[in-house]
Amino acid sequence: MDITDFYDTFFEEAEELLADMERHLLAIDVDDPDVEQLDAIFRAAHSIKGGAGTFGFDVLQQTTHLFENLLDHARRGELMLRRDIVDTFLETKDMLHDQLDAYRGDDVPDRAAFERICRTLQQLAMEEIGQALDDADGMSSDPEPPVPETETATADGPSSASDSVAEPEQASDDGWLVVSLLGVGDKDRDLLVEELEQLGEIQAREGDTDCYRVTLETGVGREDIEAVMCFIVEPEQLRVEAASAPSADEAATTEGKVAGEKLMEAKVAEGTVAAKPESASGESNANAAAPSSLDTANQSEASGASGGSGKSRPSSKPQKKTAKSGGETSSIRVSVDKVDQIINLVGELIITQSMLDQTVSELEDLNHTGLNNGLNLLRRNARDLQEAVMSVRMVPMDYVFSRYPRLVRDLAGKLDKDVELVTEGESTELDKSLTERIIDPLTHLVRNSLDHGLESPEAREAAGKSRTGRLTLSAQHQGGNILIEVIDDGAGLDRDRILAKARNNDLPVSDSMSDDEVWQLIFAPGFSTAQEVSDVSGRGVGMDVVKRNIQNMGGHVEIASVTGEGTTTRIVLPLTLAILDGMSIKVGDEVFILPLSAVLESLQPDKRDLYAMAGDDVVLKVRDEYLPVVPVHDAFDVAGARTELDETIAVIVQGEGRRYALLVDDLIGQQQVVVKNLETNYRKVPGVSAATILGDGSVALILDIADLHRLNRTKKEARRGQHPGDVPTAHPKEVEPS
Amino acid sequence: MSTPNTNAALAATEEQNREFLVFSLGDEEYGIDILKVQEIRGYENVTRIANAPDFIKGVTNLRGVIVPIVDLRIKFRLEKVEYGGQTVVIVLNVGDRIVGIVVDGVSDVMTLSPEQIKPAPEFGVTLSSDFLSGLGSLEDRMLVLVDIDKLLTSDEMALVDSVGD
Repeated sequence: MDITDFYDTFFEEAEELLADMERHLLAIDVDDPDVEQLDAIFRAAHSIKGGAGTFGFDVLQQTTHLFENLLDHARRGELMLRRDIVDTFLETKDMLHDQLDAYRGDDVPDRAAFERICRTLQQLAMEEIGQALDDADGMSSDPEPPVPETETATADGPSSASDSVAEPEQASDDGWLVVSLLGVGDKDRDLLVEELEQLGEIQAREGDTDCYRVTLETGVGREDIEAVMCFIVEPEQLRVEAASAPSADEAATTEGKVAGEKLMEAKVAEGTVAAKPESASGESNANAAAPSSLDTANQSEASGASGGSGKSRPSSKPQKKTAKSGGETSSIRVSVDKVDQIINLVGELIITQSMLDQTVSELEDLNHTGLNNGLNLLRRNARDLQEAVMSVRMVPMDYVFSRYPRLVRDLAGKLDKDVELVTEGESTELDKSLTERIIDPLTHLVRNSLDHGLESPEAREAAGKSRTGRLTLSAQHQGGNILIEVIDDGAGLDRDRILAKARNNDLPVSDSMSDDEVWQLIFAPGFSTAQEVSDVSGRGVGMDVVKRNIQNMGGHVEIASVTGEGTTTRIVLPLTLAILDGMSIKVGDEVFILPLSAVLESLQPDKRDLYAMAGDDVVLKVRDEYLPVVPVHDAFDVAGARTELDETIAVIVQGEGRRYALLVDDLIGQQQVVVKNLETNYRKVPGVSAATILGDGSVALILDIADLHRLNRTKKEARRGQHPGDVPTAHPKEVEPS
Repeated sequence: MSTPNTNAALAATEEQNREFLVFSLGDEEYGIDILKVQEIRGYENVTRIANAPDFIKGVTNLRGVIVPIVDLRIKFRLEKVEYGGQTVVIVLNVGDRIVGIVVDGVSDVMTLSPEQIKPAPEFGVTLSSDFLSGLGSLEDRMLVLVDIDKLLTSDEMALVDSVGD
């Protein structure tokens, strides 16, 4: 098997880790950082580094390595976080994402960007070391409790293990590590030793199964060794410790990678000198605590470490474990195709079940109690199963909302505005395919709100509002729809400016238009009220695209705005595209489905309300409104349909803003139908959006209200040009993208 | 066939021998590559699609998948087109699509060697020789071998949106 087979898994995982990282970075409080969060960020960087190393993505590995070191220091409290540092971290995260994308596209990551970010990170590391050394000078007087860290935890192990560290013969050489394996079997041990040989030069090995010690001369850091070994043994079985004097050098190795080598050597030399006398005493009396406390002193500049770490260890370790196992079991990755296949099969099951129902109801009503009970049970189970399967496709809105904190933060910074983002209803669920398609329109609305809606802090203050603007994203269910709102408490839409702009664009407007009508104007193509075009928004290609995208998803947009108080943009979407609330109608012997969302009302037309127009056009008068009439049997050439207009039923429908009366023979009823694509195996059919399978297993077509109107027109025009009665049988060649 | 070194000659002929599903349209016998055939079922429950060519009978539900049904008898302008208990739909995998064709009956599966497949002569307006892969001769029978992929994806079948739509 080729290692490239695992690339995709790595990319997907890395993407998730980066998203995780960003979430934590955004949530972090720079003044009082949560150790758990820092740990999580560190772990993410570490995992990516590991993967990148395995797959040979050098640039990615190097960047994460630098990043990881900084994060490591941050989580130990050695690096004081500042807002600009978090900014740099976020930037690094973006860079990692770019690099990942480059590798994914078989491309080479941007070298210049890589070097720039490395320099920035090294700069940070240098600053931090300078600061750390300053702290070290005042170490003894520092009243702060020591920061818990992994090394001390390791050194707190059984004294037998610690004793081994102080082997006299490995005292003072550079980069020497003692790896102790506790209770590792022969086979695993050989494997581990082989691994170690890859990492450096083995100087000595001794011991038995209970405790086997390998002395290694290596340039690799202790954590890297631990990371490698942990694939084979439990963390408890492993101790990696520096021999007493090399501990300082080991610190130098890790930190040396972060900062410029030269500068580091000088600084670390200072540290080593300070530590020397202590290390000498540690050697002579073989005091187990000496090497470890020295280690701590060098790395965290804290004294009395063992006491502090002893307390922190039992509490922090199990926490990490539960968090990890929780993450592993909470989700699995499944391809959408598989889910769709299950949905199909369940649909089939339900059809089979209703066929059985039908058959049983035709049986002579004799002793069929058992059969009937069984069927009832089957019916209930099948419905439950369908619901459960449909819910698999649903993802929480959090999936969408989670990308906005970053966007808002960056934009607000760019625009010099104070913005607080509030999200509500993150757990509201929406079909996966819809969540993906809602992101772009929603991003546009958020940008608009930030750019045009919310005012600058000064303007807000002048208007008597708080300096910080509030942008709310909310989602909630409403019947079979989901309601997504983008609410800002900004200046609101400017009626006069919109009207003026509309006049400039030759749109039909008048001063007597209602506010709602005026707000709708901003959805016109090419419309922008921004006084100047910024790179955030205002190019005038937006709102019409937003509207069109949402309409394509079967939804609509509304705007409400109060001058001085803010604007609310409301998006109403069906919960899923896989299921549709439909009204089944009958024309002749054929059954069609109308999307219920398009149906306004149905009525029995009175002959007096039907007016013939030029040609064979007919209009229907409904409450002072004249609606064009589209007979379904005409558009679809249905034989045997009722042709007397007043014997039919008129269904008033609305699609793409156009309202008309559809003439059908009968209304059968409302039902939820599973939407099936016609284009998978066939092609686009004029006037039809998709198909579905009815309870008896037959296929019914779902009508496309807007397209049906066009089809009716094309057919009439075609008929006019031909002999009467000669109905075109071929497809109309123009297939409009709907 | 995975051991070409042991029996190369046999493997070669086996590879060139092709299996065809034989079906009838009226009095004629046609053959299509058996590997294209997914299944054979009866003709039932087809929903008409308006404004489509007459040989497209409509769509049907094949275990949750919507499949278009083409009546080759109408396409090939046969005089007698009847739907009865013997009418058969051959469900085919054409490219990544599933299409059903209506025929009068399916008789058997035949193996033809390359020598038995003769090139198709230029003929017919109804069935252009572009869509034929040859004529199979089998004792006193003749099979019209149809390149079903080409036929069903052709513009004149109107089964597939033409490029650019």
